[in-house]
Amino acid sequence: MSLSVSVQHGFPDFSLDVAFKAPPGVTAIFGQSGSGKTTLVNAFSGLLRPNSGRISVDGRELFDSTAGRWIPTHRRKIGYVFQEGRLFPHLSVRQNLLYGHWFAKRHGTADFDHVVEMLGIGPLLARRPAKLSGGEKQRVAFGRALLSAPRLLLMDEPLAALDESRKLEILPYLERLRDETEIPIVYVSHSVAEIARLATTIVVLKDGRVVRCGPAAEVLGDPAIAPTLGVRGAGAVLSARVVAHHADGLTELAIGTGQLFLPRIPSPVGARIRVRIAAQDVMLATSRPRDISALNLLEGTVREVRMGVGPGAIVTIGIGTQTVLSRVTRRSCEALELAPGKPCFAIMKSVAVAPDDIGT
Amino acid sequence: MDWLGPQEWQAVALSLRVSLWATFVSLPLGIFTAYALARWQFPGKQVLNGLVHLPLILPPVVTGYLLLLTLGTKGPIGGLLEQVGIVFAFRWTGAAVAAGVMAFPLMVRAVRLSIEAVDPKLEQAASTLGASPLWVFATVTLPLIMPGIIAGAILAFAKAMGEFGATITFVSNIPGQTQTLPSAIYAFLQVPGGESSALKLVIVAVAVAMTALLMSEFIAERVARRVRGA
Repeated sequence: MSLSVSVQHGFPDFSLDVAFKAPPGVTAIFGQSGSGKTTLVNAFSGLLRPNSGRISVDGRELFDSTAGRWIPTHRRKIGYVFQEGRLFPHLSVRQNLLYGHWFAKRHGTADFDHVVEMLGIGPLLARRPAKLSGGEKQRVAFGRALLSAPRLLLMDEPLAALDESRKLEILPYLERLRDETEIPIVYVSHSVAEIARLATTIVVLKDGRVVRCGPAAEVLGDPAIAPTLGVRGAGAVLSARVVAHHADGLTELAIGTGQLFLPRIPSPVGARIRVRIAAQDVMLATSRPRDISALNLLEGTVREVRMGVGPGAIVTIGIGTQTVLSRVTRRSCEALELAPGKPCFAIMKSVAVAPDDIGT
Repeated sequence: MDWLGPQEWQAVALSLRVSLWATFVSLPLGIFTAYALARWQFPGKQVLNGLVHLPLILPPVVTGYLLLLTLGTKGPIGGLLEQVGIVFAFRWTGAAVAAGVMAFPLMVRAVRLSIEAVDPKLEQAASTLGASPLWVFATVTLPLIMPGIIAGAILAFAKAMGEFGATITFVSNIPGQTQTLPSAIYAFLQVPGGESSALKLVIVAVAVAMTALLMSEFIAERVARRVRGA
């Protein structure tokens, strides 16, 4: 286990009591604002000392209240990317990047040129942070944290302050960062789309408690967690392979037993990608529909029907080894007599999948 | 330049020396005090704050007399210092002490305001990058408060140049020893025919004060622009 956490901390109006373990990769901490995400991340970084508990990263104890162990922030070797970047205004971009690098010199260094190239910040090096756009600032903040040779990277809503197009510009850099470095990452977000693209493990927080912790596809495909993610947030993540790019602008994907057609995806043929399909975009039919405009028709069987408190229901459909979630009305469930084991078709419009739902 | 006579020159040179020493020796202590008042919570904080500001509100003569009582050769601290060969009373060093004490509140105020304007989040970011608290101060806090430090130092220097009451009470008015520019002006005005010398010194005083002020504006603005990164 890469991360092992168990912390308790009380504020006058809020208490955090959290315990989980996570394997290497990206551990996403998901929750609405006020759920304790930032408190938890600050405990990792040492900016907040919890009342009690333990935190260890790759077997290294950072905090253990029973043993009285507490490593101060500056000796933790934890890179922290803040929501607002927090670049030093009196230093150039190059000096900002080298700041942590300089303190890390004694114990191995990340390669400056490689990080600059990976984040595409070469042309910015001589500038001051005041002269950067929001997206550029955030890329420099990633680089600065990375170059401090961290053993763990914390990212607290690093994209929250950016608009949609900037997010789409940065997400591929984060995917590269995840795939090209061995550093475990704790990624805090309240955006399901971001988490679906990046996370290996998802920890769902609510009111300072862990509601669910597990592999990303499992947690996102769990209908029980749908209310916490929100109506729009619910949706399964499918692992797919790029089969072909067609001349009409569509990309063909293979997912186990079926195929999907989605608007052009910039990954090469043969690449493995993940696609999040929002539950609200999936329709169900019990017989094969004909003469329908939707291109994506996946054949499967109903695994679970979970009635919501309102008029809605979430239906889990097994397609080979993967699952798709569909949000339909209870009335439809009854009309179609949906029940576990019943064969059915999941129907989805190609254009329903937004670019930020597709990750590598 | 024989525009100024030897006694006038002595007074100007002594005042510059006293003020520079007063400013530079009290600067580190001033920054430390400002930092403590701006950032730390400790018992007796308000007492310290009051002590720092006392010279600003007490009559200067009172401050000078208190200095004489404590740092004079018969005072508790002055007596101890005399045994190791340090004497302040009636020496130019004493004038520097008096000027430094009088200028201290102005310096601390300017520095404290600039420290309070520094976003602690930047300092947190520095510590996550591996900087110990001392390094955080040296590489983040200090550069960011530099405009405040310059402003505080110049203000203190100007105050030290003009200090009169505490100086004359603590170290008297000995030409060549403790006769600073304001003391000299006062002395010249006490003797018949001294007005022209006094007037020349007044012109020097105005020139020095104006130069210091303009220089501080110029430097502070340049530093502030660099710190803002514009």
